[in-house]
Amino acid sequence: MTTDTTRVPVELRTEALESILVERNLVDPKVMDTYIKMYEQDIGPMNGAKVVAKAWSDPEYKARLLEDGTASIAELGFKGPQGEHIVVKENTPDTHNVIVCTLCSCYPWPVLGLPPSWYKDPAYRSRMVREPRTLLSEMGLDVAGDVDIQVWDSSSEVRYLVLPQRPSGTEGMTEEELAGLVTRDAMVGVAEVAAPGEG
Amino acid sequence: MAPGTLAAVLDVDGPAAPPRSNGELVFSAPWESRALGLALALNAGGKLEWEQFRQELIRAISEWEREHPPGEEWSYYRCWLAALERTLDQVGLVPTDQLLERTAAFAARPHGHDHRHYDHEHHHDNEGHAC
Repeated sequence: MTTDTTRVPVELRTEALESILVERNLVDPKVMDTYIKMYEQDIGPMNGAKVVAKAWSDPEYKARLLEDGTASIAELGFKGPQGEHIVVKENTPDTHNVIVCTLCSCYPWPVLGLPPSWYKDPAYRSRMVREPRTLLSEMGLDVAGDVDIQVWDSSSEVRYLVLPQRPSGTEGMTEEELAGLVTRDAMVGVAEVAAPGEG
Repeated sequence: MAPGTLAAVLDVDGPAAPPRSNGELVFSAPWESRALGLALALNAGGKLEWEQFRQELIRAISEWEREHPPGEEWSYYRCWLAALERTLDQVGLVPTDQLLERTAAFAARPHGHDHRHYDHEHHHDNEGHAC
């Protein structure tokens, strides 16, 4: 078929597409460059870490966050594409949450930035649903047998964020110090937040 | 799928990588960031319906998973680009034949011209299937 682009190198297709779209005023190159810079440099898991640290430090904020993730995250100034409906799932001693998007790698961009490559990998997307305990263990997180694992599949407009458990030994820490402990992997649910000095 | 796939990826982008750096590498090649930026800029300008694009992305990914030959490397942004092309073709903003005309014109450029995103030394990437 003559309309098949797959034989053309992706670099060439992207460049051609960009040139046509800019020429026809369908894409503003400045807007495009702003977005790219934003996701390459400015928006990353630190946003989510601030949300988690605030939830750990402020019970009222935490209650609001679990009730309405999108609004509570926007309170801190984090909003944008892929953040229209964020639901926060809290890890407890009985329940471990982990997020996945089996169909297309949806991800809460405003709080975590763009997804890491393993999150988009077919193996992660299919196995996290089928055998979460095994896969988590392979990724370095052994979840105790009596802890329930909940897998949240972002198959609609909903984007999930995991609120990890606050590690012990952090009682006197400020929000800023706490945010420094929170990793992207913990907010996806493939890791726990390590206590200070154990990281 | 081989369990090793994920582990191999984790070696470069897992717990060993600085997981919280906002400047970490999220794209493996410049064209990937351009493909992402195009979709975002189109959407911001009201030219791309995100849900329509997302459905095409889902379709491109499932086609790849169903049809790719054993051993072909997975590329998320290859599917992303295919989905963007199809969506723009469907809504008539960039019909595929016009896109192919432009890629042919670009491919015919003499070597050594001033090109930003396309590197003539990287022709190995043209064996795509589905995406």
